[in-house]
Amino acid sequence: MSDVSAAILTNQPHSNPAEAVVKKPQPYSNPYLAGIGLGLVLLAAFVVMGRGLGASGAFSSLVAMGVQSTVPTHATTNEFYAEYLADTSKSPLKDWLVFEVLGVFVGGFLSGMLAHRVNVTTERGPRISVTGRLAFAFLGGALMGFGAKLARGCTSGQALTGGALLNVGSWAFMMMVFGGAYAVAYFIRRQWK
Amino acid sequence: MNAPLYKFGVFGDEISLIVAFLIGIGFGFFLERAGFGSSKKLVAQFYLTDLSVFKVMFTAIVTAMLGLFWLSWIGFVDLSQVYLNPTYLMPQIVGGLVLGIGFAIGGYCPGTSCVAAATGKLDGVAYLLGVIFGIFVFGAMFPLLKSFFYATPMGNITLPQLLHVPYGFIVFAVVLMAVGGFAGAEWVEKKMAAKS
Repeated sequence: MSDVSAAILTNQPHSNPAEAVVKKPQPYSNPYLAGIGLGLVLLAAFVVMGRGLGASGAFSSLVAMGVQSTVPTHATTNEFYAEYLADTSKSPLKDWLVFEVLGVFVGGFLSGMLAHRVNVTTERGPRISVTGRLAFAFLGGALMGFGAKLARGCTSGQALTGGALLNVGSWAFMMMVFGGAYAVAYFIRRQWK
Repeated sequence: MNAPLYKFGVFGDEISLIVAFLIGIGFGFFLERAGFGSSKKLVAQFYLTDLSVFKVMFTAIVTAMLGLFWLSWIGFVDLSQVYLNPTYLMPQIVGGLVLGIGFAIGGYCPGTSCVAAATGKLDGVAYLLGVIFGIFVFGAMFPLLKSFFYATPMGNITLPQLLHVPYGFIVFAVVLMAVGGFAGAEWVEKKMAAKS
C-alpha cells in the first residue's frame, strides 16, 4: 500500500507493477483454529436451523431438476428424483442446501481473495499431465457422487454433521471413508508426487 | 427451551434460505482457511505427510458436539428437534468405502471442491462435474439399487443409544479419542518430515 501511494505521490510508475498486483499467498490457518471455526459454523446451523451442513444434496437437487426438464416422465417415475421434486409448489433449486452451497462458493472465494490464494490453475503432481489430472478428478468426483447417494450424505452431511451428533451410521461411514482412501492412496501416488 | 430457532417458528422458509446462504459463507470461508481448497493439501492426509484433514475435521466435530451437548444440558437447545440422518448400516458402509476411494482419486469431497472451484482450481471444476455425473448414474440405476439402499435399517440411532451408555459418556470418550488422535497426528507428521 505504501509503495503504491509513494508511487502516486512522486508521480512515478511503480518499479515492478506485477509485484504490486500479485501478492504472495498467505499461509493457511492453524488446523485446530480452522476446525474450531468450522465447528462453530456447524453449531450455529444446529442451533438456528436444527440441521447440520451438507453439500452433495444440493447437487442432487440440481441433477433432479436437470432430469425433470429434459425427460419429465423419467423424473416423476424414478423414486430417487421424485423425492427431490416432491414439493411441486417451488423449484427444486429453492432449497436450503442449494442456498447453503451457493454460500460455500462465496465464502471460499472471499477467504481465498483475502489471502491472495485465488488463481486459475490445475493442481497436480509433477508426473501427471493436466488432462490426466482432470480425468482423475472427474472419475473421483463420480465415485464420490455415487457413494454419497448410497450413504445418504457426504463428508459434510454424514461425517461432520452426523459425527457431531454421534450418529451410528455416520461414524461407520466415516471410518469407511478413511479406510477406502488409505486403501487406494498408494496405487495412485503418481498423480500427486 | 427456544432452539433450534427455525423449528420453534422464530422465522419462516424465506428467511431460512438467507440463513442457509450465510451459514454456507462461514462453511466455505473456514474450509478455505484450512487449506481445503487445495487437492494436494487434502490428499496429503492419505500419504501421512499433512494430517490437517483429520485435525480440522475432529476439532470441528468436537467443537460442535460439545457446544450442542452443553446447550442442551442448560436447556437452550432441544436435541430431539435436531435432524438425525437415519442409519442404514450396509449401504452407508459401502457408500463410505466408494466415497473414500473417490476422495483419494479425485482429491476433494463435494464441499471442498466448491471452494477449490471458487478459488480457480480447474481440477475442482472437473471434480464437481464428476459429482453431478455420479449422482446422475446413481439416479438412473436407482431401481436396481433400491433394495440395497433400504437394507439393514436401524432407524434414528446414536452411539449412546446403541451402546446403552449416557450421552455424556460418549461425548467424553470422543474428546479423549480426538486428543489422543491429535497427539498421534503431530507425532506422525514429525516422523514423516524427518524421513523426507
